[in-house]
Amino acid sequence: MTDQKPVISCRNVWKMFGPQPEAYLAGLDPAASFEAIRADGYVPAVRNVSLDIAKGEMLVIMGLSGSGKSTLVRCMSRLLDITGGAIEVEGHVIGDLSERQLIDLRRNKMGMVFQSFGLLPHRTVLDNVAFPLEMRGQDIHARRARAMEVIELVGLGGREDYFPRELSGGQQQRVGIARSLAIEPDIWFLDEPFSALDPLIRREMQDEFLRLQEMLGKTIVFITHDFDEALRLADRIAIMKDGAVEQIDRPDRIVMEPATPYVAKFTEEIEKARVVHASALAGPVNGLSLSGDAVDGSKTISQLARLLVNDERSILPVAGPDGGVIGALDKQRALDVLFGEAQ
Amino acid sequence: MTTVATDAPVSVAGQSRLRMAQVLFGAALCLALAKGLLPDAMIRLPEAWVLPFADWFNAVFNFMRDDLGLVHVTRAFADGLDWFLDVTANLLYGKNRWPRIGPIPWSVIAVTAAIVGYALNGWRLAALSGLTFVWIAVMGQWQWAMETLSVILIAAPVSVLLGLVMGTLAWRSARFRAVLNPLLNVAQSLPHFAYMIPVVVFVGVGPKAGAIVTIIFSVPPMIRMTLLGLQKVPTEVIEAGQMAAATPWQLLRHVRLPTARTEILVGVNQVIMQCLAMVVLASFIGMPGLGQKLLQLLQALKIGRSFEIGITIVLLAVMLDRCSKAWAMKQPVHMEKGTPWAVRHRLLLIWVFATVVLWGLSLIFPLLHEIGRREALSLADPLDVAMDWIIATLDPVTQWLRWFLIVWVLIPLRDGMLWLPVSAVLVFLMAVGWAVGGRRSALICLAYFGLIALSGWWDRAMITVYTVTFSVFIATLIGFPLGIWGSRSDRRAKTVLLVCDTLQTFPSFIYLIPVIMLFGVNDVAVVGAVVLFAAVPLIRYTIEGLRGVPDAQIEAADMSGATRKQTLWSVRLPLALPTIMVGVNQSVMFSLFMVIIAAFIGTQDLGQEMQRALSSSDVGKGMVLGLAVAFMGLMVDHLVTVWATRRRKALGLG
Repeated sequence: MTDQKPVISCRNVWKMFGPQPEAYLAGLDPAASFEAIRADGYVPAVRNVSLDIAKGEMLVIMGLSGSGKSTLVRCMSRLLDITGGAIEVEGHVIGDLSERQLIDLRRNKMGMVFQSFGLLPHRTVLDNVAFPLEMRGQDIHARRARAMEVIELVGLGGREDYFPRELSGGQQQRVGIARSLAIEPDIWFLDEPFSALDPLIRREMQDEFLRLQEMLGKTIVFITHDFDEALRLADRIAIMKDGAVEQIDRPDRIVMEPATPYVAKFTEEIEKARVVHASALAGPVNGLSLSGDAVDGSKTISQLARLLVNDERSILPVAGPDGGVIGALDKQRALDVLFGEAQ
Repeated sequence: MTTVATDAPVSVAGQSRLRMAQVLFGAALCLALAKGLLPDAMIRLPEAWVLPFADWFNAVFNFMRDDLGLVHVTRAFADGLDWFLDVTANLLYGKNRWPRIGPIPWSVIAVTAAIVGYALNGWRLAALSGLTFVWIAVMGQWQWAMETLSVILIAAPVSVLLGLVMGTLAWRSARFRAVLNPLLNVAQSLPHFAYMIPVVVFVGVGPKAGAIVTIIFSVPPMIRMTLLGLQKVPTEVIEAGQMAAATPWQLLRHVRLPTARTEILVGVNQVIMQCLAMVVLASFIGMPGLGQKLLQLLQALKIGRSFEIGITIVLLAVMLDRCSKAWAMKQPVHMEKGTPWAVRHRLLLIWVFATVVLWGLSLIFPLLHEIGRREALSLADPLDVAMDWIIATLDPVTQWLRWFLIVWVLIPLRDGMLWLPVSAVLVFLMAVGWAVGGRRSALICLAYFGLIALSGWWDRAMITVYTVTFSVFIATLIGFPLGIWGSRSDRRAKTVLLVCDTLQTFPSFIYLIPVIMLFGVNDVAVVGAVVLFAAVPLIRYTIEGLRGVPDAQIEAADMSGATRKQTLWSVRLPLALPTIMVGVNQSVMFSLFMVIIAAFIGTQDLGQEMQRALSSSDVGKGMVLGLAVAFMGLMVDHLVTVWATRRRKALGLG
């Protein structure tokens, strides 16, 4: 993480559905339980959430359906107005923006991808992708040229005259992705973009997505209910339950040190060796005498399995991205992780 | 635990509801049996109690017309409309008005229709559309058909536009929606004639009155479909529009309305069909065209000629319906890249070419331009011969049927209905209401029929009730078995549904032709027409209900070793019943409409009074009679809806 100001910053955000949410929230004990609020006839879709998202970071918000993750991301893009707290995007409190300012923000900074694509059925691929540009009044040649660029980028070149109905699910989502990228947003919201696709296509789209992200380096908020997907993509994961964030951390740490029993239940079935990186498992050097070749800290334990089993050293040096030694890996601990005996 | 807890109060409520209903049934029975002992006021309301609703309506209408000067507004609007009507009249049948181009040769119109049909749904629709116009021209009905079409051509777009605007407003404002909804409910159950009388008062008679009554009559479904379409747009599509930073207006224009395209076009289809139905009936207020011709011929009992016109109206109805439905269902398809302009616009070019060629040819061969009365073919003579033969052959049967029905069924039933004391009927209806939906429904039933009693038209209303009840009963006897038969296989269901679809597109007027042919002008003919018209929705919903039963249930029944009959009675029918009841509901509505239309072949019910109100332009009386019919329909609608909703919930069908 960088030490720059966060791009998105949520402070004690509440989103309450019910007859008079503001008044109810004002008189509410912040520690009130989910069930107590439900019993009063209100639904706390987002409950006292505070988090920061740094520039260029990919935060994956994970939770089961009804956990409030989609609501939270709609609060960040102000598709929904929040009930309490504040959300700042690039230093602006978005709750205070006028309609005009909000439209400007969306026209220049934000893009969003939807679970069931949200394409306009009567427009061709090209016109769908150019839609946000049309809305901001770009002239037809400029917007078509730009739309073609993004269509090529997502690998749909040659299909620009098709209608959404004529495309497969995966292709339709590529159109959705292209549309969200058309205005070159800095912040990219993806609401379960691959959930409606079948597993093989999902995998392919994840790879495609990682390729795009490597190229574009945007700030990303990615929603999913699929823990494997979260582990694959995330810089950090926020796990939500009943509207509250249970834990927000790097994938390794969520797996190795779940903060609550709920998170622990999630991670139980995960093959930890495939998630945990050598650098995360390494302890401080602390004057230990390290010898021999260092292992690459960015590799997962499972990638290092053969080496770990064959190596005779009990403690191995771990190298950072620049090649310098950053820590010491206790082989026994690594093997415990590998064979699923780690605590 | 929870199911027990929620089930218990429901069944207790159900039981107490039934007990109350039984008590009321008993009371109604006592009132009927003790008629001799009842005071007169409980048998028929005394004159003094009858409220002068008609005078009140007249007062309001007169105030609006004269004091508010609304008549000037409506006349101005009508004159504006008249200008447009003149344009289509000139183009289609050469009325001497601007732009003075017409009449367009019939051959050009037929080819245009065929090409439109092809563009919408391929060769078969092209053949249907083209041949419809060829038939019209060849049979020498061009002038009348074009008079009718020239009004539809203006009325339908106006009505679509009005419906779109009002539907959008209703979608935007919950308050407007709350006001509009009950109004639409009443409007959609008012019989056709009720619309005509105020139009005659505000506009007069003739084509423009016909156009206006058509517009008013056909707007409600468009409003509903627009509202439905806008409400059904998926949230994510709207959010995508918002994230693309569309302003509210851009969102409506570029996102919401286009995404609601299918519903809106289904609305357009309904508008067109309503327009056709009304424009034919508008002959009663001096609208020229096919309807007027048919009316004259029917009144003169010229069966062969009226049959010909009937075919024309049916062909037009089916063609308009298929074309507009095809348009609604048509999905955009892309052209391969690099397709040349001429290929992309192939049909347009063919059309331009065909028009030019045919127009040119029609200057040389006048028969391609217009087929006069003398050159026209007519099937009337052979048809008349055939009809006479059929009638003569069937005569013993129809004679007997007519005698039997009139003497042994219709007259006793009618007399029975008229004999019943008002109080007994009202209490009976409350009992039905209570059994179905508890106190609220009972009060609703009482209010609807109580108002009819207070209006002073009780006896006429009872005659309508008896005709409708008896007809729907017969329609059920026919429609139900047919529906069960039709639902047995996919192919059969498809065929029967197609036939039903087609029959439903016919304007109600058409149904009168065969029954008058067979039974002459009397009550049996009326009942026959109503039965025919009312059986169609019954068959349709029976099939849809039975076919809609989830496969899992059927498979479970099969694996439990049920025979086909057992499956039908214990699984399919109970699960299909809510849907079938919707069919019964529609059947009642259709019967009410038909009974009123059938008035002109001689009935003694509300419809005949409505005809009198029409000929004397009595707005108040017309409105009261129209509302009396609407209230009957609304009461049945309420009962069936409440029942079906509860039943669906109980069956877990959503």
